[in-house]
Amino acid sequence: MVAFVGIQFIPTTRNQSDTVPETDFMLVNNVPENIQNKLQVSCYDCHSNNTQYPWYNKIQPVAWFLEDHIKEGKAELNFSKWDSLSNRRKASKLRSIVKQIEAGEMPLDSYTLIHKEAAFSEEEAKEVINFMTQLKDNL
Amino acid sequence: MSKLKSTLGIVAIAFITITVMSCKDNSKEQNSTDGDHSEMNHDNSDGHHDGEKREMAMGGDSNTQAVLKDYFNLKNALVADDNAKAKTLGATLATTLGNFDVSSNFSDTQKAELKDIIEDAVEHAEHISESDIGHQREHFKILSKDVSDMVAITGTENTLYQQFCPMYDGGSAWLSLSKDIKNPYYGSQMLNCGKVQKEIN
Repeated sequence: MVAFVGIQFIPTTRNQSDTVPETDFMLVNNVPENIQNKLQVSCYDCHSNNTQYPWYNKIQPVAWFLEDHIKEGKAELNFSKWDSLSNRRKASKLRSIVKQIEAGEMPLDSYTLIHKEAAFSEEEAKEVINFMTQLKDNL
Repeated sequence: MSKLKSTLGIVAIAFITITVMSCKDNSKEQNSTDGDHSEMNHDNSDGHHDGEKREMAMGGDSNTQAVLKDYFNLKNALVADDNAKAKTLGATLATTLGNFDVSSNFSDTQKAELKDIIEDAVEHAEHISESDIGHQREHFKILSKDVSDMVAITGTENTLYQQFCPMYDGGSAWLSLSKDIKNPYYGSQMLNCGKVQKEIN
C-alpha cells in the first residue's frame, strides 16, 4: 500500500497538446464528420500527440504502461504528423490502417475493453476502410 | 474504504490487461544486427563502378546489391513457408537497408526518393521481422514495390525478373533472379501461381 501511494508521486510526461499541428490528418484531408469522430475516439489516444486521459490512467502503475503504449503507437502511426509523410509512406500507412481494422487487430482489445465506444461496429469499420482506401487511391 | 477497494480493483484489472496485451510486442527491436558481414563484402568498393562494374550499362552499386541479396533470401524463406527464417532475414534486411549510403552518385531528386524508399522499406522489413507469415507476406508485397523502385534508380548487376501473381491481394508482384515462378505469397499452397511480367536489365 505504501509503495502504491509512493509511486503516485513519480511524475510521467503526458501526451497532451493544446494545438492541432498543421500536419494533422484531419486538417489536410477532407474527413467527413462521422469518420473524424470515430478516429478521434478510436485511434487518436495512442496515434496522435493528444491523448484524452481518463482518471484511472493517471494512477500508477497504469500510467507507465499507458505511456509505453502511446510511445509505441505513435512510432507506428502519428495522425498529428500525417502530412510530413511522403506519398509512399502515406500509402503504406493507409494500407496498414485498412488491414488492421479489417483483421480486427485495431483498436487493441486492451483498449476497447475499457473504452467500449472505441470498438468498431461493422458499419463503422466499412466506412473508415472505404474512406482510407479512397484516400490511398487518390494519393 | 470500499470506494478505495473498488478503485484498487479497477486499477489491478487494468494493470493486468495492459501487461498481458503489451507482452506480444515486447520482442520488438531486439533483432540482432546480422547484416554487417554482407556489408563488409562491399565496403571497399566505395569508389563506385570501378573495374569491371563500370562496363555494365547499369552497374548497380554495392548498397543495392546488398539489399537485393537480403531481399532474395527473404523471398526464398517466404516461398518455403518458413516464418522463423523470414523473421531473421527481415531483420537482416532492415539492417542492410539502414546502412544504405545514399550520398553518392545520384541527383538530389534521386537521393530524396531513395531516402524515402529506404525509410518505407525499413519499416516493412522490421514488421516482417516480428510477424506471423500472413503479415509477413502483406508487408513483402509493399517491400517488393519499394525494392523495384529502388532498382529503377540505382540499377543492378543482375538480370531480374518481375513476377506477378494475380490472385494475391488483388494482384501482387515480386522480384526474382530466376525466370521460374516460385510464389512467395502462397508458398507450397500455390507454388507456381504467377508469370513473368517484366525483365529488368
